[in-house]
Amino acid sequence: MTAQQTIAQPPADTRSMTGAQVVLQALLDQGVEVIFGYPGGAVLPLYDALFQQKTIHHVLVRHEQAAVHAAEGYARSTGKVGVVLVTSGPGATNTVTGLTDALMDSVPVVCLTGQVPTHMIGNDAFQEADTVGITRPCTKHNYLVKKPEDLARIVHEAFHVASSGRPGPVVVDLPKNILMGEAPYAEKEAGRRRTYNPRREPDPARIEEAVRLLARAERPIFYVGGGVINSGPLACALLTELVRATGYPITLTLMGLGAFPAGDPQYLGMLGMHGTYEANMAMHDCDVMVCIGARFDDRVTGRLDGFSPGSRKIHVDIDPSSINKNVPVDIAIVGDAERSLEAMLEAWKRVAPTVDRARIAPWWDQIERWRAVDSLRFRQSGTAIKPQYAIKRLYELTRDREPFITTDVGQHQMWAAQHFRFEKPRRWLTSGGLGTMGYGFPAALGVQMAHPDALVINISGDASWVMNMQEMSTAMQHRLPVKVFLVNNGYMGMVRQWQDFFHGSRRAESYMDSMPDFVKLAEAFGAVGLRATTPAELDEVIERMLATDGLVLADIVVEEVENVYPMIPGGAAHNEIKLSPEDDGGHEPISEDGMVLV
Amino acid sequence: MNIEDEEKRHTIVVLVDNEAGVLARVIGLFSGRGYNIDSLTVAEVDPVRRLSRINIVTTGTELVIEQIKALLSKLVPVHRVQDLTIEGPHVERELALVKVNGDRERLIQALRIADFMHARLVDSTPGSLVFEVTGSSDELDAFISLVEPVEVSRAGVVAIGRGEMILDGTAQDDG
Repeated sequence: MTAQQTIAQPPADTRSMTGAQVVLQALLDQGVEVIFGYPGGAVLPLYDALFQQKTIHHVLVRHEQAAVHAAEGYARSTGKVGVVLVTSGPGATNTVTGLTDALMDSVPVVCLTGQVPTHMIGNDAFQEADTVGITRPCTKHNYLVKKPEDLARIVHEAFHVASSGRPGPVVVDLPKNILMGEAPYAEKEAGRRRTYNPRREPDPARIEEAVRLLARAERPIFYVGGGVINSGPLACALLTELVRATGYPITLTLMGLGAFPAGDPQYLGMLGMHGTYEANMAMHDCDVMVCIGARFDDRVTGRLDGFSPGSRKIHVDIDPSSINKNVPVDIAIVGDAERSLEAMLEAWKRVAPTVDRARIAPWWDQIERWRAVDSLRFRQSGTAIKPQYAIKRLYELTRDREPFITTDVGQHQMWAAQHFRFEKPRRWLTSGGLGTMGYGFPAALGVQMAHPDALVINISGDASWVMNMQEMSTAMQHRLPVKVFLVNNGYMGMVRQWQDFFHGSRRAESYMDSMPDFVKLAEAFGAVGLRATTPAELDEVIERMLATDGLVLADIVVEEVENVYPMIPGGAAHNEIKLSPEDDGGHEPISEDGMVLV
Repeated sequence: MNIEDEEKRHTIVVLVDNEAGVLARVIGLFSGRGYNIDSLTVAEVDPVRRLSRINIVTTGTELVIEQIKALLSKLVPVHRVQDLTIEGPHVERELALVKVNGDRERLIQALRIADFMHARLVDSTPGSLVFEVTGSSDELDAFISLVEPVEVSRAGVVAIGRGEMILDGTAQDDG
């Protein structure tokens, strides 16, 4: 059967197209401007089509994992869908970590993978892998295109599925013969599917119930996550308006930083394992909790039976399967954050037109006492740079430029989350759910592609950064002036911290021996390398980094064995938070239940 | 034991687009999260609209069952999810083929049991009989334990709501 025979009604103005041209046209109709990818045998027809046009810019990465992280960076900093193009076999399998990362953190990504021709599928052909089988559990949905007439519809549908509801990654597997043969085109509308209709509108009765409960609260708290950022800037503005209208305190998750301005006095800082004392204590002692766009992750809740034991809980989420998953709630509202916040704000103005300060005054008094503990304090003393100090100075010297910050995973990530303060959404990109070391640098490249004139900083650690350092080459080729701020302590710091706390200080394999000279490494790629080893040098290195055009790798050599505080050890509750080494009681052993947690 | 921690058997039916990989998505959802599948049946039920119906019998706490249904509903090719155990009166039937081997006396004994339990003889050789038995899972269990078979093949539970309760792909999809 040829593709020609299957075209029932070719559009009058469409000349016959190859599958590759159909994919490209669909991408153009979806408004795609940038693709992150890596060519190979199975996708050559698509690369050939890309070569012959000027609208879509292709960024050649050095490893397919980085292509997905770059697309995530692009997507999270813009709200648009990030697009990846890789070849079959190893090209596809290398995307798995990035896809899982995007799934866990709800990032809209469409990943186009090449595949061997349909007649060779299942034959163990060269560079064949069961891509839809491998990626089924790590995507929101995936497709193998077997018929030319399905091609355009599937590509459009992939964008619709990736970007609507709770966003996520979608894989479209494209056999080479489908790309080379003729295929009919279909417009964007073809990508709507009757079975897939995520609910956006909240139930008004539930909203009313929630707001009435909220208006009576004596110890309320807003607990807000990345879902509000995903919903869009309007959702964040509505959140800010609602929180200010109520006069209630708010805490944000790691993924939610920036959803509410950090400079606002009602903001208690981040909650969770390394969150502030006031945020965690307020979560524990509250009587009404409003969770919006967060998912009661184990890093947030601590020990479940000790999690906010006395509160009534309201949960707003677009994903029904996130509700009652870890923590049973009293009022469940399924809907988009923007629509839900709009409805809650409208109801609030009706139910509680004036803020009853007296009702919540004792609560705020209590919170201020917790806040006075100053749980993020640290002392910069001695000749070594404290990592917290390095990040704090970076923040103070760049805050006026509203930089985009990406991080990798570990201690530097937590210190960045604690000491960098975000006034706006989409400025903070970190791998929260999967905890992917190597995420930050390629993500920063994706951010910089979307915002060529912005200051984009990758705060990283030495162990994380070398996991995707090959992307220096990508940054150089595409002239992406990302600033890498390497918090270099010579260890996998968080692993070392856990070994010191929970495994008798036996530092098995957590020392990063034989690391490169990062300044020379930067220079080898044609970038600028800088180094600071004493507190006195720090500011000057930051200033020089900011003043340098192009890619900079700033090696900030810090105190080797600093620990992240506060910390809620695994298996502990919010009110069992450890504030400092003195508070540790010499690392008392944690419970057996706690030890098995990661 | 907390009432919420009590595990209960649920019969869940799922109406899906009959497309490649849909069953793998459903099964992967269970295996990936360690949920039980006690029984599973799949067949196309609407050839015009290419709809398949999946009947799943699973066991779990109230929270787990709620989670399973929410996750099933999220799958892109899924039209409807119905928990018959909760949503109302329904009938459940299962089919089994049951093979009994032995001497003449043993086979005659099996035929007598089959007769009063309404199992149908579908094959016989000089030393063996194969019965077809349909009924509730309990009825099948009872028959199987009585005839002491050498081999059993069970189809798994199929279920349908009684009366006005109709699971139809179009009903809520047009929105």
